Amino acid sequence: MNRATQWIHAWLLLLPAAALLALFTHYPAVANLWHSFFSTPKGARPAVFVGLDNYRNLVDDPIFWQAFANNLWYALGTIPTSIAIAIAMAVWVNDRLPGRGFLRLAYFTPTVLPMIAVANIWLFFFTPEYGLLEQVTGALGFASHNWLGSKETALPALMVVTIWKEAGFFMIFYLAALQSMSPHLAEAAAIEGASRWYFFRRVTLPLLMPTTLFVLVNAVINAFRLVDHVFVMTRGGPDSATTLLLYYVYEIGFRFWDSAYAAALTMVLLALLAVVALAQFFFLDRKVHYQ
Amino acid sequence: MSTARPTLDSLSAIALRGVAKHWATAHGRVHGVDGISFDADEGTLNVLLGPSGCGKSTTLRLIAGLEFPDAGTIAIAGRDVTRLPPAQRAIAMVFQSYALFPHLSVAENILFGLRVRKVARAECDARLAQVADLLGLAKLLDRKPSQLSGGQQQRVALGRAIIARAPVCLMDEPLSNLDAQLRAEMRSEIRALQRKLGITMVYVTHDQVEAMSMADRVLLLNAGRVEQNGRPVDLYEAPANTFVARFIGTPPMNLMNLVPAGDAAAIEGAEHGPRLPRACAGGTLGVRPEHIELASAEGLRAAVESVEYLGADSLVVCRVGTAPVAVRVPGAVAAAPGDAVRLRWPEGAAHVFEADGRRASDARRHEAATAFA
Repeated sequence: MNRATQWIHAWLLLLPAAALLALFTHYPAVANLWHSFFSTPKGARPAVFVGLDNYRNLVDDPIFWQAFANNLWYALGTIPTSIAIAIAMAVWVNDRLPGRGFLRLAYFTPTVLPMIAVANIWLFFFTPEYGLLEQVTGALGFASHNWLGSKETALPALMVVTIWKEAGFFMIFYLAALQSMSPHLAEAAAIEGASRWYFFRRVTLPLLMPTTLFVLVNAVINAFRLVDHVFVMTRGGPDSATTLLLYYVYEIGFRFWDSAYAAALTMVLLALLAVVALAQFFFLDRKVHYQ
Repeated sequence: MSTARPTLDSLSAIALRGVAKHWATAHGRVHGVDGISFDADEGTLNVLLGPSGCGKSTTLRLIAGLEFPDAGTIAIAGRDVTRLPPAQRAIAMVFQSYALFPHLSVAENILFGLRVRKVARAECDARLAQVADLLGLAKLLDRKPSQLSGGQQQRVALGRAIIARAPVCLMDEPLSNLDAQLRAEMRSEIRALQRKLGITMVYVTHDQVEAMSMADRVLLLNAGRVEQNGRPVDLYEAPANTFVARFIGTPPMNLMNLVPAGDAAAIEGAEHGPRLPRACAGGTLGVRPEHIELASAEGLRAAVESVEYLGADSLVVCRVGTAPVAVRVPGAVAAAPGDAVRLRWPEGAAHVFEADGRRASDARRHEAATAFA
């Protein structure tokens, strides 16, 4: 087989996947960018080129800025906490303790459950008057509070659900990383008199950095594309307090049918994710040890 | 680098008394170590030798404090450390895998222990320079372990072990990951370093060449027990039992069963063999391959089975009665498979073992030796 036929074979093998990706991912992304420069067609009125008008509207849209801010807080509130909990749980279940297999499974369960089901369970927890949380706080003598119904606590309540769900998922990655670490490292450190905390800080944590980078990228992407919890639990309310970017895109596109504006919003979301991912890879990569 | 330490004869650097450690597994109780006692004198290199699973690594981990014994006591420098954590035992350890921290530079790996103990920077720098110089690592201090060869990684592990100046250094098969040539080099390097620094070293290996060439004292372990504890020359020249006789030497000692023959004992199935005192029957006669010579006229009748030419010498495997007997002859040998030969060995080369495998008493040996005269 000569070189040319080898190339042809290689391309033929790649073709099915490439075609699907182009059709359902690359073309829509480009088409979306194209549509964001046009007005929304309505009835007999076709779409006309409006340049950056959609983006100008976006800058003046207070709901967009609210959704943007909500999303930033949501990311900040969920990612560090769930990563910290994931590391703590992974270190714990990596120890030689009885029943650790059961514990690992228990921690992973939230990840296996369907998101809609999870959201419904938590909806019950947060229900005013007879929800689980209310029953506990009520028994302790606290005043009743509508967790999902008030502007101050709705977003934090959503964050709690996300942390509960993500921590177990991230734990699996950390556990895999910990298991690939030689137990002799800990023994060598013990002989030198290093405390568990010193060993964790100077050895375990740096060696987990590649995993942390991977988890971080995933967590950020997840934070900016979360939509199902919002759907089931708050529908963006009260008063847009829990409207996240993707949910706002959905509302604009499929409830108000302003597809051009939704396209512009989507571009912002994509650009944001691209910047975050690039920044993580270029800045954090230097501090990360790869074996 | 050496600081004067008290040298009391009664005070050995490491002393184990009846140390035992068992594990419970699905198959029942497994004996890791079964009542081991020994003393390691200060400044000596002590090798724990034995087949895999004999408990040598477990013994080392017990001394290190990485495992705790079920019974017995361990003392280091006259201090009972049986229940102390590793850090309080004033020991250093080199692991088989080296256990280098992959994200730290060579310098930081070596300094790890000093950093834990918050030793002053100037002191750290001085000691690092000294150790790097001693081990030829000066040019590699900024590298990561993954950028080093196996031999260099081994040196870094050694550096980490000696920088703390612990009087006791434990080594768990430190050379098993190196190729043959590097192993030979590191063997003499480690030995020289141990002598120079006056470290008491306990060295685990399954390689008898390492044990014989490096050790002041060898402990041959088998199934969690000490089979023999002595100088390398003791193990070679006076094996305490048939296990030691079979383990030490390449190829190992030939062991031939002794059966009653009239009022004497003779090698099973042999013609014109030596006749030993009747009391030796049931035991075994051992002769090292390198002590046997091929004779044409007189001696034990044997048939050549195979000839292996090794360069400096040849290994001729003969059959005596039912037992194969290896003979090591210098240079090339003319014998071919099927040839009939006679085997001879000098008086004193023969070892006699009792029926239970123990070495026969000197009196019995002497009596037996006259049989070859």
